[in-house]
Amino acid sequence: MMTPGSEAELAEAITGASGPLCIQGGGTRGLAVEGEVLSTRGLSGVELYEPGALTLVVSAGTPVADVEALLAKENQRLAFEPIDHRGLLGTDGTPTIGGVIAANVSGPRRIQAGAARDHLLGVRFVDGSGQVVKNGGRVMKNVTGYDLVKLMCGAHGTLGVLTEVALKVLPRAEAAATVTLTGLDLPGAVRAMSAALGSPYDVTGAAYDAETYQTHIRVEGFRDSAAYRGAELVKLLSPIAMAEVQEDAESLWRGIRDVAAFQGRDGDVWRVSVKPTDAVELVPHLEAEALQFDWGGGLIWALVPAGTELRNRIKVPGHATLVRAAQETRARLGVFQPKPGPLTAVSEGLRRQFDPRGILNPGLMG
Amino acid sequence: MEMPSPNPAILARKARLAERLLAVLPADAVIQDEAETRAYECDALTAYKCPPLLAVLPRSTQEVSAVLRICHEEGVPVVPRGAGTSLAGGALPTADCVILGVARMNEVLETDFENRIIRVQTGRTNLSVSGAVEDEDFFYAPDPSSQLACAIAGNIAMNSGGAHCLKYGVTTNNLLGVTMVMMDGTVAEIGGAHLDAGGLDLLGVICGSEGQLGVVTEATLRILRKPEGARPVLIGYGSNEVAGACVSDIIKAGVLPVAIEFMDRPCIEACEAFAKADYPMCEALLIIEVEGSEAEIEHQLGLITEIARSHNPVELREAGDADEAARIWLGRKSAFGAMGQINDYMCLDGTIPVSSLPFVLRRIGEMSKEFGLDVANVFHAGDGNMHPLILFDANKPGDLETCEAFGAEILKLCVEAGGCLTGEHGVGIEKRDLMLHQYSAADLEAQLKVKDVFDPKWLLNPAKVFPLSVTEGRRAVALAAE
Repeated sequence: MMTPGSEAELAEAITGASGPLCIQGGGTRGLAVEGEVLSTRGLSGVELYEPGALTLVVSAGTPVADVEALLAKENQRLAFEPIDHRGLLGTDGTPTIGGVIAANVSGPRRIQAGAARDHLLGVRFVDGSGQVVKNGGRVMKNVTGYDLVKLMCGAHGTLGVLTEVALKVLPRAEAAATVTLTGLDLPGAVRAMSAALGSPYDVTGAAYDAETYQTHIRVEGFRDSAAYRGAELVKLLSPIAMAEVQEDAESLWRGIRDVAAFQGRDGDVWRVSVKPTDAVELVPHLEAEALQFDWGGGLIWALVPAGTELRNRIKVPGHATLVRAAQETRARLGVFQPKPGPLTAVSEGLRRQFDPRGILNPGLMG
Repeated sequence: MEMPSPNPAILARKARLAERLLAVLPADAVIQDEAETRAYECDALTAYKCPPLLAVLPRSTQEVSAVLRICHEEGVPVVPRGAGTSLAGGALPTADCVILGVARMNEVLETDFENRIIRVQTGRTNLSVSGAVEDEDFFYAPDPSSQLACAIAGNIAMNSGGAHCLKYGVTTNNLLGVTMVMMDGTVAEIGGAHLDAGGLDLLGVICGSEGQLGVVTEATLRILRKPEGARPVLIGYGSNEVAGACVSDIIKAGVLPVAIEFMDRPCIEACEAFAKADYPMCEALLIIEVEGSEAEIEHQLGLITEIARSHNPVELREAGDADEAARIWLGRKSAFGAMGQINDYMCLDGTIPVSSLPFVLRRIGEMSKEFGLDVANVFHAGDGNMHPLILFDANKPGDLETCEAFGAEILKLCVEAGGCLTGEHGVGIEKRDLMLHQYSAADLEAQLKVKDVFDPKWLLNPAKVFPLSVTEGRRAVALAAE
């Protein structure tokens, strides 16, 4: 395992590599490939934090927990609510901010605040030839040249190894209210969530538990404001179902974020992203053992028997990621959805450009 | 401004090219008459003009595909054009190019309130996207100030912003999917009504690529429900430093206004003379707008005015009703018109970290004296996106050149302060030659490699974004291969 202590050392490690590299932050997301481990854990620390400008610049190997603790001191947070995969995958280790960005992981608030990629302002990375590249910067509005920032977010290290990320952070809400509707089937839940998300009440979470038939809708903000909007949502949704409001529900939303319902249960876990109303049509075809929904119904977590090929069953637009499965299944089915037609060539072309030797997490993204 | 010299071999093939295009387009969609091509000789950066070889106005993705396939085979450069409102020269033609305008493609293809999306052809104007959903109280958030005229195609090409980005983000944060035609005519569907990409985020790199990677013909956009209400407050200060500190304190207090606009004294004076909005005469004026229910607005404005008062404002004016709110916005919204009445002006849009605002404004003031040209600053303060307006006289020999030199120095200053050359207008030709101030050669090479993949022959808008010296080799290879 190589653990370079600086960007220059990391660049040297890549230049000098003679075979495949397994790029690793905290190693908690279950995406390791065959190859020598190249860890970013030696690159840790805060470069810059300006609460008044909502800006944070950190080295890629910085633990997520350190970032969150720093922000909490100023009553701020990462608004995209990154998932912690450890419970679901049974991994241990320390999630890093670089891993969050490389995987573009976002939680329930994604529907309102945007994904990790929407909060990423700038990156520094080392490409597969050992070249250090920067793109974007530390300001919120920046259209200077191509947006490689977005391209790097979600590339899982296959185009380059992140060394530093600049993030937009946001104020932590003073309070939250969660409206819970009981007894709805999926079509009813999607209807309720669509109504809530289409209301002026700025919903920051809309999830459905298909095992308990509970629909949860979250609003956040100043205390009186959250209470007001919670009460308005109850009124709005009363024709669909009876609703109750709870003031704080942090652990509930952490559970939704981290798919707590599937932790410790046998089977493969897939993550499917579709248009919310398509979920209703799709779900019977999935033949899943258990289902959880987030993002107003558009994010489906499906628990299926080990080895199941789920993508064949999806006839609506969207994509499916194999989040938890045996190595053999992952190799056979691929973790990520292959791109359609001409985009496969574009994706392959980009990987060849940025990693001509094919040594950065080879095979992970096709 | 240097542009590549036109390829004589292409100029000589004009008739054949027109004939081939007419075989795939209706007669009225191919413009070859020299008087008519002149309508496409420039965009909103009117200092530079060059009529194209031909202009085409297709009506469908299939027609765009047919046009690009022919141009690809013929080795002819293509410059895509939305509504031609680019301030950066993004749609400036070369004499040997085909202008591909999407203005006739302006249909709404689908509105879906349950899933909160709208799908449109990209020739549709920004404001008319909101117009298509406003009966249901929805809107499309990015609101560039040219929104009445500018097209979604150009918004996507430049990743346009607007005054409300602090809360709602810019185009890339509100774009879910596109239909894009690649230079060889291949049609690709990228993203859609679902969220995020399965593999690489190609949508992310296409947005903001200034028409150099493909021609986007259809777009799926996120629409939002309108807030219950909105109201501004106007605050005047005796110095830029204090106004800057006030903005920072408001953000630190956890309030997230939808807009924080900043005007300096020259701008206030010009707006006042033009619009008579009854602005106080002071060094710095803030207009801060918040949204929500009546009670929520009251609460947020209460927090904001408390912070504002702690900085000793010379004026603090809350809007009591819609008329007063409109009055507060009146001057700001007429700022550009006011400047245009006084003088010719050049509008820059460099972004800086909010914390360097006082330093940057002071330096701009000093540089204004050095160059002998006045500057007024109006500014999206929440996100650091500056809009210095440099006043000059286009009829006075040398004034434009002095203005451009001054503008370049301001943009370099933005970069030195930790910001960037352009926050929402794009690079185009205007800031092309400054790119090496922000990025190293290796940083730019990484961007060029992306274009190599999407457009290996370098035919799409090839003379933009990057310094010509940096792209010369690639453009020459494309020319030789022809």
